[in-house]
Amino acid sequence: MSGHLHKDYTGAKFGMWLFLFTEVLLFGGLFILYAVYLARYPKEFVSAGKELNVWFGGGNTLVLLTSSLFVAMSITALRRGATALCLGLLGGTVGCAALFMVNKFFEWSAKIGHGIYPGSAHLKEMAPGEMVFFNIYYLTTGLHGIHVVIGAIVLTWTMVFIRTGRVHAGDWVILENAGLYWHLVDLIWIFIFPLYYLILH
Amino acid sequence: MTEVHAHIVPYRTFILVWVALLILTGATVTVAQYHFGALNIWIALGIATLKSSLVIAVFMHLKDEQPLFKLALLSALAILAIFIGLTFFDVLYR
Repeated sequence: MSGHLHKDYTGAKFGMWLFLFTEVLLFGGLFILYAVYLARYPKEFVSAGKELNVWFGGGNTLVLLTSSLFVAMSITALRRGATALCLGLLGGTVGCAALFMVNKFFEWSAKIGHGIYPGSAHLKEMAPGEMVFFNIYYLTTGLHGIHVVIGAIVLTWTMVFIRTGRVHAGDWVILENAGLYWHLVDLIWIFIFPLYYLILH
Repeated sequence: MTEVHAHIVPYRTFILVWVALLILTGATVTVAQYHFGALNIWIALGIATLKSSLVIAVFMHLKDEQPLFKLALLSALAILAIFIGLTFFDVLYR
């Protein structure tokens, strides 16, 4: 029996795109919640939105955009045979993910320290529209944060595959798919940032 | 059987797109300082859409993919638009 394994590069990539579409619908649903409640409680969304810090939001936007640059470049590096550069760039991507989560830690710690978190007594005392804002803020950015962590794990796993030679210039779809997932994480934040941090000030 | 693969995207292309994304981020923060009323959200969404288009086309390589991929993405976005639209047909008239 021939040892040659037939691999379907296009099929593998398309499969990842299909999965990404399900993620778009998932986060799309959360953005719909935002839109519906913004329409119902415009004033409360503005007053609650002022509590969010544009520096945390903007800083994390820059971090994620840079992380996407790194992972995109890593594919070029791998395909050109620059494996060490590829691993360095992927390390940079994971480093950005860590930086994102550190920022988020400080941001959320400050909020939680002020009693602003789902189920808190302070939240119950707020106007309904304000409570809704913070609940969907935590839900959306929390779910996004989980995706950042998952993405970082997937990318680290991919780095291991590259080190062991399972992913290489002749067969790199695993890296490409990991990159696609990471870009989706970036895309979601591209919409979270203006909607939660900018337009409500 | 090996497939013919798309050309390798130069580092420079990615870096140029990243710079464009940074500029657009600055633009969206700057515009948000001004008060155009209800227009603010549409401008913000417009810039976000532009940024996403760059990420999808270049970083995610969709520009160089087969038409099937582009059609699939358009279909998914159309479904999301219908989802949003029908929700608002309900919610706006309660």
